[in-house]
Amino acid sequence: MLSNVASRPIDARTPQDSIVEVRDVHYSIGGRAIFSGLNLQIQRGRITAIMGPSGTGKTTLLRLMTGQIKPDSGQVLFDGIDVSNLGTRELYALRRRMGMLFQNGALLTDEDVFENVAFPLREHTDLPEALIRNIVLTKLQSVGLRGAARLMPSELSGGMARRVALARAMATDPEVLIYDEPFTGLDPISMGMIVRLVRQMNYALGITSIVVSHDVEELAILADASYIIAGGKVAASGSFVELKDHDSEIVHQFINGLADGPVAFHYPAPDYYEDLLTG
Amino acid sequence: MRPTRTVEFSTGLFVLLGFAALFFLVTQITNRELTTNGKSYGVVALFENIGSLKPGAAVSMAGVTVGRVENISYDQQQYKAVVRMRINSQFDRIPKDSDASIMTSGLLGGQYIGITPGGDEQYLKQGDRIEFVQDAFVLENLINQLASTFLRRDQGAAEGGNQGGSQDKAPAEEPKR
Amino acid sequence: MHFLRELWDNVREFITTVGSVALFFGRVLAQLPGALLRPSLVVEQVHNTGALSLVIIMTCGLFVGMVLGLTGYDLLQRFGSEEALGTAGALAVTKELGPVVTALLFAGRAGTALASEIGLMRATDQLTAMEMMAVDPMRRVIAPRFAGGIIAMPLLTVIFIAIGIFGVQVVGVQLFKVDAASFWSQMRSSVGLDDIMEGVVKGCVFGVACSLIAVYEGYNAAPTAEGVGRATTRTVVNSAVLTLMLDYILTAIML
Repeated sequence: MLSNVASRPIDARTPQDSIVEVRDVHYSIGGRAIFSGLNLQIQRGRITAIMGPSGTGKTTLLRLMTGQIKPDSGQVLFDGIDVSNLGTRELYALRRRMGMLFQNGALLTDEDVFENVAFPLREHTDLPEALIRNIVLTKLQSVGLRGAARLMPSELSGGMARRVALARAMATDPEVLIYDEPFTGLDPISMGMIVRLVRQMNYALGITSIVVSHDVEELAILADASYIIAGGKVAASGSFVELKDHDSEIVHQFINGLADGPVAFHYPAPDYYEDLLTG
Repeated sequence: MRPTRTVEFSTGLFVLLGFAALFFLVTQITNRELTTNGKSYGVVALFENIGSLKPGAAVSMAGVTVGRVENISYDQQQYKAVVRMRINSQFDRIPKDSDASIMTSGLLGGQYIGITPGGDEQYLKQGDRIEFVQDAFVLENLINQLASTFLRRDQGAAEGGNQGGSQDKAPAEEPKR
Repeated sequence: MHFLRELWDNVREFITTVGSVALFFGRVLAQLPGALLRPSLVVEQVHNTGALSLVIIMTCGLFVGMVLGLTGYDLLQRFGSEEALGTAGALAVTKELGPVVTALLFAGRAGTALASEIGLMRATDQLTAMEMMAVDPMRRVIAPRFAGGIIAMPLLTVIFIAIGIFGVQVVGVQLFKVDAASFWSQMRSSVGLDDIMEGVVKGCVFGVACSLIAVYEGYNAAPTAEGVGRATTRTVVNSAVLTLMLDYILTAIML
């Protein structure tokens, strides 16, 4: 399953196949333009990667997609619905169809693993306790942590915490799962576990996954489609094979991890010799 | 996510403690204490001026507390303050002609009623009235009194001086001769 | 000129903060009924802010009362009015020292706990995660804590006052042998229900102020370790200042 992903062709992207669409979005904070004309389509049922150099606004993009912030202009559509125009109630209803995995897990620290996973069920459903228990244990089983149900978050390793967070994000069976930097700071074994889980969840459950990351190697294995965002716009998109051979310099620097290129190695500074001599 | 039984217990304890404290404060404030040591009987006295006497103030004889002021009201017919006191039943030999005065304890202390016994062979009973009273000491009245006394004396001295000036001199001179 | 500009910036900053707090207050109030529908959450918070503060409140109450007994006795005996110790002590504790000292202690113990707890939830994205799970953190996290605080404060105040008066009594009657009967009777005749009410009302108002500041600072803390630290510091400082300002206003109104 893992081997031939990179060569899978991208299906024709018709609007109906996009569960999330970003149309010509402009967004700035404090005068600084973060996005100037961003266009993205996230295909239903696929794993889409969003990459880019640090500071390009990947997290901001997620917040736009989930309705936490509104774009200055342009639209963000979830299943055809404009996210930025929703009232609180509709927004919350929409969010129940999404699951989000945060970088550090963001588990509730004063509850144990079981209660953390049960949290969305308790808040949004009136299910009897026995049913909740079954669901929680099933979700924990799928991430391999059923035995850790009674541990506290402080007793978990980083990788385990993230897996519990994944179980929690899955608890209400969302249609879209968003992963914010899921691989950062993990050892190779944990990373392997997460990669496997992202794939399994997506294809076994028929959901859509959006992975924001800079881990090029992991994404190379995982992603069906990728976007590279730089300079406030999409710099490149397509399958990994296409991206590797892309002619854009920034894409080339990013994919190959080059130290210098459009993203300069040297922070802007006056002339070196002058600086030394006049110091 | 229900709080544990310990948490609920200690919270309950806390809330109860709070109400207990409130109860304690409220009951310590009202003038209810008096009749706890048994029976008492009520007597009344009318004053022209009670000063700053308050309900709950002590009623004492020879410095010993024998009762409490229960209630103070105003009689519009007689234009006097009506002070009702409760005297502890064990003190049943207070002569009917005793004197009730309003005294002050210390410089800043509260006012209380002091009863000085008279000589009557009949004693106060429930509902009796103490006839002889002495009002509270009002500083302004005293000052006025003193002021007018001095004024009169000065005036008298001035007049006496004018009239008997020569008379005064004569006797003064005589002893010198 | 530069000085004036700085001053103006500070004033504008201050006014913005006041507005921000007021709006936040409105949001919390709006969520309060919803939070009260989940009594288990509120009970937990009453425990955290109130029951866990009992020890410090009772200890300090006792000592404040005893100091008042010492100072009061020394002062009053110069006028030969030692029996007024009960009155003086009770009034001082009930109307002023009780509510104010309790509020300051509350800000220090419970307020900082609230601010740091919420700030930490902010810094570790727990609040955002809740929003993403379509759970309103205002209703689930903030409002119950605020409710816990405003329930706990008046109770703590009353307990402080009671223990404080007891402390006055310990020093006055036990130590200085002031006549117990006059101590209590004078107190009873001079201290009325309205004085107690004054103390309780102050306790409630300070409770709202300190709880609000604590949850506000926590919710708006910068999502870093130092952000949380700064939030707890600001909680104590602002709670203290606001409490004392409100104390003046309330005392003036109720006098």
